[in-house]
Amino acid sequence: MAENLPPLEDQFQFASDDLSNLDTESESINTPSLTYFQDVKRRLIRNKVAMTSLILLVIIALVAIFAPILSPHDPNAQNVLYANLPPKWGSLNIPGLNGIHEAGGHMVNAYQAEHVPKGTYYIMGTDYLGRDLFSRILYGTRLSLFIAVVATAVDLLVGVPYGLISGWVGGAVDTFMQRIVEILSSIPNLIVVVLLLLILKPGITSIIIAIAFTGWITMSRLVRAQTFKLKESEYVLAARTLGESPFKIAMKHLIPNLSSTIIIQTMFTIPSAIFFEAFLSFIGIGIPAPNASLGTLLNDGQKAFHFLPYQMWVPAIVLSVIMITTNLLGDGLRDAFDPKSK
Amino acid sequence: MTKYIIRRIFYLILTLFIVASVTFFLMKFLPGTPYSNQAKLQPSQIAIMNQKYGLNKPLWDQYLIYMGNLLHGNLGTSFQFNNQPVTQLIAHDIGPSMQIGTQAMIVGSVLGILLGAVAAIKKNTWVDSGATFISILGISIPSFVLAVLLQYYFGYKLQWFPVALWQNFSSSILPTLALAAFPLANVARFMRTEMVDVLDSDYIELAKAKGDSERKTITHHALRNSLIPVITIVGPMAVSIMTGSLVVENIFSIPGIGNQFVQSILTNDYPTIMGLTIFYSFLLVVIILVVDILYGIIDPRIRLGNGGKE
Repeated sequence: MAENLPPLEDQFQFASDDLSNLDTESESINTPSLTYFQDVKRRLIRNKVAMTSLILLVIIALVAIFAPILSPHDPNAQNVLYANLPPKWGSLNIPGLNGIHEAGGHMVNAYQAEHVPKGTYYIMGTDYLGRDLFSRILYGTRLSLFIAVVATAVDLLVGVPYGLISGWVGGAVDTFMQRIVEILSSIPNLIVVVLLLLILKPGITSIIIAIAFTGWITMSRLVRAQTFKLKESEYVLAARTLGESPFKIAMKHLIPNLSSTIIIQTMFTIPSAIFFEAFLSFIGIGIPAPNASLGTLLNDGQKAFHFLPYQMWVPAIVLSVIMITTNLLGDGLRDAFDPKSK
Repeated sequence: MTKYIIRRIFYLILTLFIVASVTFFLMKFLPGTPYSNQAKLQPSQIAIMNQKYGLNKPLWDQYLIYMGNLLHGNLGTSFQFNNQPVTQLIAHDIGPSMQIGTQAMIVGSVLGILLGAVAAIKKNTWVDSGATFISILGISIPSFVLAVLLQYYFGYKLQWFPVALWQNFSSSILPTLALAAFPLANVARFMRTEMVDVLDSDYIELAKAKGDSERKTITHHALRNSLIPVITIVGPMAVSIMTGSLVVENIFSIPGIGNQFVQSILTNDYPTIMGLTIFYSFLLVVIILVVDILYGIIDPRIRLGNGGKE
């Protein structure tokens, strides 16, 4: 039977005459292959909410960094003559921003009443001691962001090494280190701070020490759990077999693989640290007078909101915006780092 | 399970012991004496007072006496209010705090569960986005900012509720809302994640295949199973409500423990600070322990400690 069939060459035909460009079109990889971090970046950029938050945060950070240049007045300079002036934006005549406000049942131009010179105006008004609210807000924001930086540093310099050592060494050392964490974390944060503030004077140093005491615990737990997993992986085993020192393994293998956990946790440490400082300042055991913090500004504003609501609105809005944007960026980063959310 | 509970109780006692000891020694290192606020006293009078309160004894003995008193539930005497015992102060002030705290807990969890469940059922619709938006606001905006805004709007501008003071039920509404926002947002978030997972699971598929109505599937299977993990966040919820109560009570001038705590810090009333510190720690660790144990009892899949031998 087989002999009767025509030879194979006659039965089949090449799809293309030119053999040289076979397979190149359909099989080639056109998109460049992305590393994990490029992929994360792409996903983050695609997330509009997170990007808006990031841009807002960058603006807030820049404003805070350049607060000494940007603030029109000395934030602590008192001028009792110009106390409680409403906001005024130059010669703009928009209600609420023209220096006219309600006092005793009728509208009063506070700037005229107090004989404020023509060129002098306060874009967010002044407080009960005649201090420029805008400058104070700038300095308060600066303080909040400074606290955020400190909390991040504590997370990275205490939390990460603590978790790494505990997870890597394991055994009795791990048990001991975890007992310490267990006890520290079972004492409520607030109590630790109150106790610290009693021995130390209220102020930025005490707040920083309080954060240093408890702020790193969650980070160390997450890092420890991840380190346990990574320790079992082949590449770490290979590095160990080759005689790499534990420090080098941590730097070259563990930290890069932990980076997503670390970055995400940092993004959640920041709002809680900012909240903490504002909270303490609000109840009067945080930043001492006359320095400005968003918490003290809000507390001052709350006392006067019947007559001067702008003194409450501005710090409330600034603090809320910082908290919302950091939280949203944290969420965005978490989604971006999660390969399942592709 | 028993072994686990015993271990946890041991840690609870250890924690409270550390808190009590640390507070005691901190107070001893603080400058000033209990008599600084009083009128000028003769040295002989001070000696008599020291004798009476045991302050002439060595530090170690004072510590033992203090710890002994603690075991009997005696937290010392306040400097501030005519030598009232701290326990009496707590008993006097706990009412409003408990009321607001409980109300906030209930409002927060009930609304949070509803919001989270609805968001999960209507996943990827505008309802879901709305719920996400509310929970982001609730998690981000600090309770004291919210309290100030609520006070301004509903108390002062609209005059729906009293601006401050503690008179009747309506004066507890605004503080409750301010405190409930964070738990609400947190529960809603958690509930949504859990519910989305549960709705994807095989037993929901089975319930649908059996021909159960959508309503029955959700109330009988989805809701119940999503609720279990939500219990774990009751602990953090209690912490946030207690922390929040310090400022919220202050803002609304409510005569509660939170307000008392802040006042005692501001007036250096050391025995009250110590007493309230220990009281707060006790409350928190007990709540967290109870929640953990409850979780083990409610969820049959979780067996704490000893591998679940029954």
